[in-house]
Amino acid sequence: MLKMNCAAARGSQARSWLSAAAGIAFGVAATSSAMAQDTIKIGILHSLSGTMAISETTLKDTMLFLIDEQNKKGGVLGKKLEAVVVDPASNWPLFAEKARELISKDKVSVVFGCWTSVSRKSVLPVFKELNSILFYPVQYEGEESERNVFYTGAAPNQQAIPAVDYLMSQDGGLVKRWVLAGTDYVYPRTTNKILEAYLKAKGVKDEDIMINYTPFGHADWQTIVADVKKFGSAGKKTAVVSTINGDANVPFYKELGNQGVKATDIPVVAFSVGEEELAGLDTKPLLGHLAAWNYFQSIKGPGNSEFIKKWQAFTKNPKRVTNDPMEAHVIGFQMWVKAVEKVKSTDPDKVIDALPGTEAENLTGGTSKMLANHHITKPVFIGEVRGDGQFDVVWQTKGLVPGDAWSDFLPGSKDLEADWVTLKCGNYNTVTKKCGGQGS
Amino acid sequence: MHGFRDRALALVFAAGVLLFGAAFANAGPYEDALAGLTTDSFSDTANAINALTASADPRTGAVLEALKDQRLLYSTGTKRVFVKDKSDRLTDAATGQPVAAPPADTGNVRLNNRVRGMLDAALGSLTLMAKEPNRRFDAAQAVFKSRDAGALPNIDKALEKETDARVRKALTEARAAIVLTSGETSPEDKIAAIAIIRDRGDQDALGLIDGLPADLPPAVRLAAASASAKIQGNLAVWSALQNAWYGLSLGSVLLLAAIGLAITFGVMGVINMAHGEMVMLGAYTTFVVQEYIRAYNPALFDYSLIIAVPLAFTVAGAVGIAIERGIIRFLYGRPLETLLATWGLSLILQQAVRTVFGPTNKEVGNPSWMSGAFELGGITITYNRLWIICFALAVFVALLVMLRLTRLGLEMRAVTQNRTMAAAMGIRTARIDALTFGLGSGIAGIAGVALSQIDNVSPNLGQGYIIDSFMVVVFGGVGNLWGTLVGAFTLGIANKFLEPYAGAVLGKIAILVLIILFIQKRPRGMFALKGRAVEA
Repeated sequence: MLKMNCAAARGSQARSWLSAAAGIAFGVAATSSAMAQDTIKIGILHSLSGTMAISETTLKDTMLFLIDEQNKKGGVLGKKLEAVVVDPASNWPLFAEKARELISKDKVSVVFGCWTSVSRKSVLPVFKELNSILFYPVQYEGEESERNVFYTGAAPNQQAIPAVDYLMSQDGGLVKRWVLAGTDYVYPRTTNKILEAYLKAKGVKDEDIMINYTPFGHADWQTIVADVKKFGSAGKKTAVVSTINGDANVPFYKELGNQGVKATDIPVVAFSVGEEELAGLDTKPLLGHLAAWNYFQSIKGPGNSEFIKKWQAFTKNPKRVTNDPMEAHVIGFQMWVKAVEKVKSTDPDKVIDALPGTEAENLTGGTSKMLANHHITKPVFIGEVRGDGQFDVVWQTKGLVPGDAWSDFLPGSKDLEADWVTLKCGNYNTVTKKCGGQGS
Repeated sequence: MHGFRDRALALVFAAGVLLFGAAFANAGPYEDALAGLTTDSFSDTANAINALTASADPRTGAVLEALKDQRLLYSTGTKRVFVKDKSDRLTDAATGQPVAAPPADTGNVRLNNRVRGMLDAALGSLTLMAKEPNRRFDAAQAVFKSRDAGALPNIDKALEKETDARVRKALTEARAAIVLTSGETSPEDKIAAIAIIRDRGDQDALGLIDGLPADLPPAVRLAAASASAKIQGNLAVWSALQNAWYGLSLGSVLLLAAIGLAITFGVMGVINMAHGEMVMLGAYTTFVVQEYIRAYNPALFDYSLIIAVPLAFTVAGAVGIAIERGIIRFLYGRPLETLLATWGLSLILQQAVRTVFGPTNKEVGNPSWMSGAFELGGITITYNRLWIICFALAVFVALLVMLRLTRLGLEMRAVTQNRTMAAAMGIRTARIDALTFGLGSGIAGIAGVALSQIDNVSPNLGQGYIIDSFMVVVFGGVGNLWGTLVGAFTLGIANKFLEPYAGAVLGKIAILVLIILFIQKRPRGMFALKGRAVEA
């Protein structure tokens, strides 16, 4: 909520001149479309300015890279692919406007975009009304399954729950006391609600769980880090589960390092910190702190090393890092190409029906599959921060974990099921046997 | 020459192989334990560390040190373990012979947190007799944490020889921790141990005492309960002091961010929404300076911030003067237009930096003298915060001196108090306007150097500080530098005392509400200017 308010306020003043900039981008897109008559257009809806530009700009580049690669292979259905880039400027209402523009004015066949949950929620009605397809690449809180959206990032059971399981295991240090720290908005609040229910189901007592929320961009972490240290010295092994998002992470980790909170004493496992975020930090004091993702750049394998090589060549930057949401776009894009080639059309209804069951190679050596609930199967990795800003994988799930749209640990959602193949419903209530049950 | 060296190497290698064979023939527990390091499994590595420590072999220390520093290599095929020294030469851990060419499948022995923790504990009991007092102290602390009963003989031995008072105290505490948690000691010993732990009096001591099992003899339980209460009372006092320190630290950050604005907004009356971007420019100047130093002269890295301060002042100050000459001088007396123009400017500056440096965070390193922390009684003081407080006060004093004692300061005060009279006395007011704005912006740039040490260096850096800066200046009293100082520290300390009770989100809201109420009562802030200058 807080984020929405401040960013919206910021964005509305920003809008006039940013939309001018977007207009220029548009002009370029329009002229290139005039030259190449018969192309398939792909919309890219990622913020290139404002608070979220830090994360989303990379995803825009990833999409341009993937489209470029596909065109080198001859495009799709004998036509070249053409990227239409717009800048929603980290402004949630503008996301909806730009989505509408992409679908009805530019007639794109599919859109890859959004990062924050609130931006996704704001474009949902547009995609439903105009019946188009959105690929959403970021790990999120779940509790949603829409016909027009394909979720290629992790649901809570593909990131948060395995991470907690790891920390409770012998290798993770048999953690008994938990700090759930997050930024104050929908993703951390829902994830922490799920985790709290899960931990209590595992027998963790109320007094062994501390929940803390901070505003967006929180910069002064002294008190909270001191509180964590205090909470952690009660004689039981303690860990911090961090859903702290965006810019607040750097000062948080700097404070941890300076106050000497070592991973061997109180490990911090983060769900929103990847290679990109660590690029702004000296990671030597953070050795051993953890992150849970479905992809790490350091994972060895032919698919991953080839991707990294090509990506660094495309961006002309030999140090450019890769991260988890990028891999989600790689998988989603492959799936879309396969589905389009299967039905030999870009008609949204046909592609939506063809996508469930489609398989695509992920970069870590497995094959991900689109499920009937529009989520995908993914492996889960736990990595420890190394001195060079990369992660060392210390644990991984056996096989791939299917994404679960509705958490089994929340009272409002455990009876719900999403199935767009047989039930044709995103929130089927297995108790009342009706479509349209309510999530919490 | 070459031929000779090669031959010599071959000879050494052959000797190594021979010795290796010999070592294998009488493999002891140490050699057996090493094999556990070659399987790339964390639990095998953990068992191997225990076995190595149990073997009491003199070579164990070197192997564990190497493992901790990620200098221990292994090869799965040949089941051998190598130690890499500082100059990248390999020696075989079992035979102690140099290795010319390691097998192709050699890799680092990997660690995870559990293994790292065990390693610290094992090294702790091994380095209790080290030469340097600091290492002995760290070792004693590691034993205090691990409470490994096996380390007791070593501790007793070390205690006999120890001369350094600080290390001696740490060793005594480590010994008490072991005695207290071990099942085989008498209640009298345990009570004596509780007294030692109670005198340590910190959070770890409390954790140790509160974590004791409930089935202890009643006398021990009683002693533990009274010690726990004593430590808690002690900690409550320290925690209040700690909050005050955090408040000072937050206040110094607010002061740094606001002090430039106290000039441009407070003294000149320009509502400068691009103030935060001047801070950002200062932070990016620091980044560029560090990049140059990293590339051309890494030895200077510890001085990078000192070099960056004048540069950041120059860069931000020059941009400030350009802004004043280019935009603001046409808008004096039109606050609404100034607000909009400087807001637009702030977005232009942000996007310009985003285009030049990219949207991602830039790494600005902490020099060694700004990293880490020290304990003062029961509070942890981090060096970067300490230096930032000193720096903020130094900047404040320098600015005050400049305004009071220099000719430029005199002219600035004259122009802001009575422009026409100042002009009549021969002061070129337009030039003074530009210089004043440049000074305010330059000081914001200096603030950027300090803030780069604790915050993100990204294009959005300034946005986080603009609201806080205006809050401080308005609360303290527009046009009064002392007001800014008192305002910044009041807000910082109030915020930090509210935060533990209300949480970070509510705390911030509560502060805003308090300021609104305060401004209702005293619209001109805490230290209002009086006299005719106000009306002008």
